[in-house]
This record gives sequence, C-alpha cells and structure tokens, in this order.
Amino acid sequence: MADALTVDIVAPDHVMWSGTASRVIAPSVEGEIGLLANHEPILSILKAGTIRVTSENEKHEFPVTGGFVSFDHNTITIVADPVVADED
Amino acid sequence: MGGQQRVYRQRIRSTQSLKKIFRAMELIAASRIGKARDRVTAAAPYSRAITRAISAVATHSSVDHPLTSERTDTNRVAVLVITADRGMAGAYSANVLREGERLAERLRGEGKEIVPFAVGRRGVGYFKFRKRELAGEWQGESDAPTLATAQEIARALYGAFTASADEGGVSELHIVYTHFSSMVSQEPRVIRLLPIELVSGVAERDEDVEPLYEFEPNAEEVLDALLPRYIESRIHACMLQGAASELANRQRAMHTAVENAEDIVKQYTRLANSARQAEITQEISEIVSGADALAAS
Repeated sequence: MADALTVDIVAPDHVMWSGTASRVIAPSVEGEIGLLANHEPILSILKAGTIRVTSENEKHEFPVTGGFVSFDHNTITIVADPVVADED
Repeated sequence: MGGQQRVYRQRIRSTQSLKKIFRAMELIAASRIGKARDRVTAAAPYSRAITRAISAVATHSSVDHPLTSERTDTNRVAVLVITADRGMAGAYSANVLREGERLAERLRGEGKEIVPFAVGRRGVGYFKFRKRELAGEWQGESDAPTLATAQEIARALYGAFTASADEGGVSELHIVYTHFSSMVSQEPRVIRLLPIELVSGVAERDEDVEPLYEFEPNAEEVLDALLPRYIESRIHACMLQGAASELANRQRAMHTAVENAEDIVKQYTRLANSARQAEITQEISEIVSGADALAAS
C-alpha cells in the first residue's frame, strides 16, 4: 500500500489498462505531472500527449488526445480519449 | 387430394418457413445480446470515473456552471426518446414512446413546451406520422450505438441547452430510454439530464473523509471539461442500455413467435388430418354404396 498506486486508465468504451504502478506521468494542461505514492489529491485536465506508467518491471505508454486524471488515496483514475478513436 | 387438404398443407408450409425466419432472428438477437451487454459493462468504469470526479469538484468548490443551474428564461424542454431502428422487438419501442408521451403530458401540465429529439427509426417514424416536428433525429445504429453518435447527440443537446431563449434554447433535458436490468426485465425509464443535479460525495467509501483536492488549472475549468463528457457518457450509456434491451426484447418476441408458429402448425396438421380422414371416409362410403347399388341391380 505504501508505494503502490492503483491505476485505472479508462476510455469511453473500454478499460485501457488497470493495475498497480509505482509512478505515473501524465500530460496535464499545465505541464507534465508525475504522480508518486502519497501525492496530494489532485484533479487535472489532460492535454494531448503520452501517459507513462511505470510499474515494478515494466513500462507502459498510452498516447492520448485529452482527458483528465484524478488522484486520491493512492488511486489514480485516468479518463482518456485514445488517439485512434473510431477507426475500427 | 381434396381442395380443403391442399389449403391446409399450404398454410403449414408457409408457417414452417416463417418459423425458420423467426428462429433465425431469435438466434441473431441472442448472439448479439452478449456483445451489447459487454458494451454496457465496458462503458461503466468511464462514467463511474467521471461521476466521481464531478462530485469531487462539487464537494470541494462552490462553482456555478451554466449546466448545473436552472434556467428560467424559457419554458421549452427537450425530450430525447431512444427507440429501435427495426421492429420485431415486441413492445420495446412502443413502451418507450408511451413513457415519453406520459412524460410529455406531465411536462405540458407544468406549462412547458416539448422539443422532441428521437433516436431510432421507430421513434422518428412515430413523430413523423403524427406530423410533429422533431428537433433532432438519429437513426441507423440502434442495436450497436457508437460513441461518435453519442457525442453528436450530446453536442446537439448541449447546444440547445446553452442557446439563448429566442434561438430555441431549452431549460431542461429529459431522456426516455429502456433500462436493461436483466435478460427478462427491461423497463422504460425517464431521467432528467440537464440541468445536472450535483450530488456531493458519491457514497462509495464513506468511511474515508473526502480528500481536499487540488484542481489543475482551476475548479471552473475542470468542471467545464468534465460536464460535457458527463453528458456524453450518460447519453452513450442510455443508448447502450437501450440496445441491450432492444435485443433482449427481440429475442423474446421472436421466441414467442416461434412457439406460436409451432402451435399453428400443430393445429393445421390436425385439421389437415381430419380433412384427409373425412375424404377417405367419404370415398369409402361412396364405393360401398356404389357397390351396393350394383349388387342390388
């Protein structure tokens, strides 16, 4: 619990990624924000960019066009607009 | 074979081929319903996240947003009715439309003017047939609604809500859709989407004290970005629920149709058999009486 972040990255019609991570970097409208455990609660709008999730031994990158991130009690919920929407 | 028999045989054949069609439609609906339900579940985390975030903003700041405040400058209210594109779904569309009429009746009783919007060919046809002007219509994908359509609808309704009174602005937005509670039970529901009633503090983990949030860039802009998304996701969710309900209704209606077809086939088979028997009996008695007459002479 101390260092693990519970991360949920959700797109409008599916869950993009969900799991635990040690660090999340998100492209906020006011610059990139890095979120570590025990960060203060924050609600921020995202601009186009890449969400980077670092978990124990792997890294994930999610390009997004917008969305928002909310952080509280070491739980991160990212609502993301995926880059290629409706191309399937 | 006598004429009577032929008529029955013909009816049996046509009912049997109808039965095959009904069966096929039932199976198609059954195979699509799983997908539709998955879509409903897949969209749930997104709307939950947005609802949580909005209630966080509402709890920790005192922002007044046009989408959350009541409008008093116009008595026009928008009603969005979500129906099916195709029939053969039992009373699915009829139930929604009836619920919509009931809502319209109630709103008119409050001295309001209805601005109807319709999703689905059935709903559009309903309003067109009654020569009622639709403010917006969308059709063609009622059994698998896409997010793009939901966004388009959301934009249209959002536009109507933010427009000024003399440009056709509306003061409220109601959605009539069918809630999918289970495979066997779906009921029409009415929700008032706009103005949004902010419910502070979603009761999800009430043992914790709500944290003090920091907003980036600030609470107003966060709310500005969240609320349109919220509307989109609500409309999308309603459409997905409707799609699942439509398919469930269609499956059930087609199942009943198959059973009825079987009953009819059985009934006609009985009639055809008795007609055949009657014919045979008649022929026998004709032969017997003919033979009797020959023997007597």
